[in-house]
Amino acid sequence: MHLNIVAFVIGVVFSLGLGWSGMTDPARVLGFLDITGVWDPSLMFVMASAIPVYMVTWQFVKGRQKPLLETKLHVPTKKNLDKRLIIGSAIFGIGWGVAGICPGPALASVGAVSTGAVIFVVCYFVGAKLEGFTNAN
Amino acid sequence: MEPSWINAIFGGIVIGVAASAFLLLEGRILGVSGITGRISELNKGDTLWRVLFVMGSIVGGYLAAQIWTENFSNIIDGSNYVRLAIAGLLVGFGTKMGSGCTSGHGVCGIGRLSPRSLVATLTFMFFGVVTVYIFGR
Repeated sequence: MHLNIVAFVIGVVFSLGLGWSGMTDPARVLGFLDITGVWDPSLMFVMASAIPVYMVTWQFVKGRQKPLLETKLHVPTKKNLDKRLIIGSAIFGIGWGVAGICPGPALASVGAVSTGAVIFVVCYFVGAKLEGFTNAN
Repeated sequence: MEPSWINAIFGGIVIGVAASAFLLLEGRILGVSGITGRISELNKGDTLWRVLFVMGSIVGGYLAAQIWTENFSNIIDGSNYVRLAIAGLLVGFGTKMGSGCTSGHGVCGIGRLSPRSLVATLTFMFFGVVTVYIFGR
């Protein structure tokens, strides 16, 4: 039960952070990726402030090995740099460069009532579903 | 109005806090593609919280758009739906295959000093840069 409530509230706060940061503006993201044009460093500032906050929390949680409301951690344990990681990230990077939108800002923008974001998100789910067929074990 | 880099830093801190809270409370990674990528599997007890995260993100996006309206104007005005559809497909496919996006790999993974996430982040950023270089903003 707590997971449902926490997930909802975290979703709200996360989107507020994205909206505040300006990363919901595809022009800013494309400006960051356009290193040979008029470069926009905003995304770097976002990561440079988000990552250290998370680093501190991770050190604390890693030491405890137990979250506050759960019995164990659900963090990825894979270590190997496999083909799927590289190829998948490359495909994501291409899609990111095409429109300047990644999944978080896409969901936030659906809330901002953007038709384009709705189209993006529907296709995003289709793409994720299609990927499932390449990994049919 | 504050310069964009100040908003980027404040927004980044909120993003870091949201991701930290999810880790601290539930022991889970705030990765949008990781959370949404398994919604369609409809596993008992593992779907509702994912849907609620999406709903929270949409509500948060609605609220954010009331406060930082200018950060959403480009995506709301964006009308190149074919480009958005192609981007959505690639982002959905790629993030599923590569096990993460900007939030899961870029913030949480790097914050945990995960080599996989560092490689994934460098890969999608590189391909994003190349894509923008070739196709333009």
